[in-house]
Amino acid sequence: MSACLQTIQDYALRSIGIGERLLPRSDFTLCEQVVLIGSGMIWNIYFGIFALIIGFFLATGLAVAKGAQNPWLRKPAEWFIFLFRGSPLFIQFFFAYFFFLNLKSSIEFFDPFTAAWLGALIVLFLNTAAYSGEIFYGALRSVPKGDVEAADAYGLTGWPRFKRIIWPTMLRLAWPAYTNEAIFLFHATTLVYFSGFPAWQQRGDALYYASYFADKTFNPFVPYPILAGYFILFTLVIVGVFGLINRRLNQHLPGEARAKFQFRPNLLR
Amino acid sequence: MFSYCVDPDSLETLAWMSCYLTTGVHMSFYMAFLKVLGLLAVTAPVALGFGFLGAMAARSGFGPLRWFGKTYIAIVRGVPDIAFFLFFVIALDQALEWLRHKALCPDWDMPIRQGNDFIVCQAAKLPAGSAPEWIHETYGFALAVITFAIVFGAFAANVLFGGMRAVPHAQLETAAAYGMTPRQTFWRVLVPQMWVYALPGLSNLWMVLIKATPLLFLLGIEDIVYWARELGGTKTSRFTDYPHGDWRMWYFLALLVFYLAFTKVSEIALEKLMIRLTHGQATTGGEAQRRAAS
Repeated sequence: MSACLQTIQDYALRSIGIGERLLPRSDFTLCEQVVLIGSGMIWNIYFGIFALIIGFFLATGLAVAKGAQNPWLRKPAEWFIFLFRGSPLFIQFFFAYFFFLNLKSSIEFFDPFTAAWLGALIVLFLNTAAYSGEIFYGALRSVPKGDVEAADAYGLTGWPRFKRIIWPTMLRLAWPAYTNEAIFLFHATTLVYFSGFPAWQQRGDALYYASYFADKTFNPFVPYPILAGYFILFTLVIVGVFGLINRRLNQHLPGEARAKFQFRPNLLR
Repeated sequence: MFSYCVDPDSLETLAWMSCYLTTGVHMSFYMAFLKVLGLLAVTAPVALGFGFLGAMAARSGFGPLRWFGKTYIAIVRGVPDIAFFLFFVIALDQALEWLRHKALCPDWDMPIRQGNDFIVCQAAKLPAGSAPEWIHETYGFALAVITFAIVFGAFAANVLFGGMRAVPHAQLETAAAYGMTPRQTFWRVLVPQMWVYALPGLSNLWMVLIKATPLLFLLGIEDIVYWARELGGTKTSRFTDYPHGDWRMWYFLALLVFYLAFTKVSEIALEKLMIRLTHGQATTGGEAQRRAAS
C-alpha cells in the first residue's frame, strides 16, 4: 500500500514532467501501470477540452457560413468540412507534423508547432470544428420556421435574432449529437503520439504508456483493460456534464419535447 | 524504368520526376495502395458477417447469447478503437500460439508467462521461425484483417441490430399470421427488408472503414503510411541516385488527396446504391420514387 503511495508521488504527474524522470523498466506492478496510464490521461483531457472549447466557436462560424446564401462564404466552409471529414485524422496528423517541420526550418516562429501540445492541438481543433460544424449546420437547418417568424414579428433582426433565437435553438437541437462528437474527439486524442508528433522525454498520453507496458511485458491483458477503464470512466463524466448543459438548454420545454441523448459515437475518424 | 533514367543527375526536372516516381521502391509504395484496397475488400464482407452474427446474438431469445452479443457491441464502442487495434494484434497472436502450444506440446511443464516473456515451445511458434518472408507478411496481414473485422463487426452489429428493429412490426406479425415459423420470418421477411434501414449506417461505416485503413501502420504492416515516411525522408546522394530534401509533407499530402478522392467516389456510389435499394420499399424514399415513375 505504502509502495503504491510512493508510486503515486513519483509518477502521478510524470506525463507533464513532474516527479520521477525514469520510467520503471522491469517488474511492473499493477499500481505502476494504473498510475502511469492515469498520468497519461492528463494529456488526453488537455487535448479533448481545449480542442472542444476552441473548436466550438469555429464550428458555429462554419455552420453559419455553410448555411449562407453567398457562395464566397458557403464554398470555403463546405470545402473545409469536406477536407477534414473526408480524410483520416491519422493522415492529417502526419501531414500537419511534417508541414510544421518544413515551416520551422525556414521560420523560427513555428518552432513550438512541431511539439504535440500545440501542433496536435491545432489539428484536433480544426478537425472537431469540421465535424461539429456539420452537426450544427444540420441543426441550423432544422430550426423551426415558426421560431424565426416569431422573431421577425417582434422586430428582431440580424445579430440579436441570431444570438437570442436561432443560436440557442440550434444548440438545443444539436446537443445530443454534439455530446457524441465530444466523446468521439476524446477517443481520437489517443492518436496523437502515434502519428509523428514525438513524445518528448517519454511524456505521452494514456495509450502511449499502455503500449509501453504492453511492449515491455508482452502482456496486453493488463494495460489495455486499465486504459479502457479510464476511458469508460471519462466517457461517463462527459455524458454527465453534457447532460447538465442539455438540461439547461431545454429548461423551458416540457419533458417529452426535450431532445434525449443517445450514446452513438461516430466511431472513428 | 525508362531508358533515359541511366544518369538521373543530367535530367531536366520533369524527366527526373518521371524517373524518380517509377523507381523500384516507388513501385512498392504503389503496391501498398493495392494492399489498402485489398484489406478493404477482405475486411468489409468479413466485418459484415461478424456484424450479422453479433446482431443475431443480440436479439437472440437465449439469455447468455444475447448478453454476449450486447456486451460485444457495448465494449468495442465504449473504448478508443486504436486501443483495440493495438490490443487485438498482440492478444490474437498470443491466443493462437497458446492454442497451438496446448495441442502440439502437451508435456511442456514450464509456465508460459515468465516475468516479462511469453514463451511457447518451438513447434507452436506462429509463423514457424523457418518460414519464408512472405508467410510472415501474410500472417501479419491476416491478423490485421481479423482485428479490423472484430472491431468493425461490433459497429456493424450495432447498425444491423438497429436495422432489424426498424422493420415495421406489422410485417413480422403478418408473417406470423401466415403461419411462418420464427426462422422463416427472420430469413424471408426481416432480413430482406432490414437492409434499407441499415444502409445509411452501413455506408457511414464504410466511410469510417476507409478512414481507418492508415491504422494498418500501427499494426506493423508496410502500408502507405510506412512507405510515405520511408520515401519522403531526406536522401543524400551517397545512398541513392535521386537525392532530395525532406519531402514527407508532400507524400502525406498525396495520401490526403488519395483518401479525399476515395471518400468522394464512395459517396457517389453509395448514393446510387441507396436509390436502388429504396426501390419498392415502404419508406418515404421508396414512395417518392414510385410517384416520380408513375
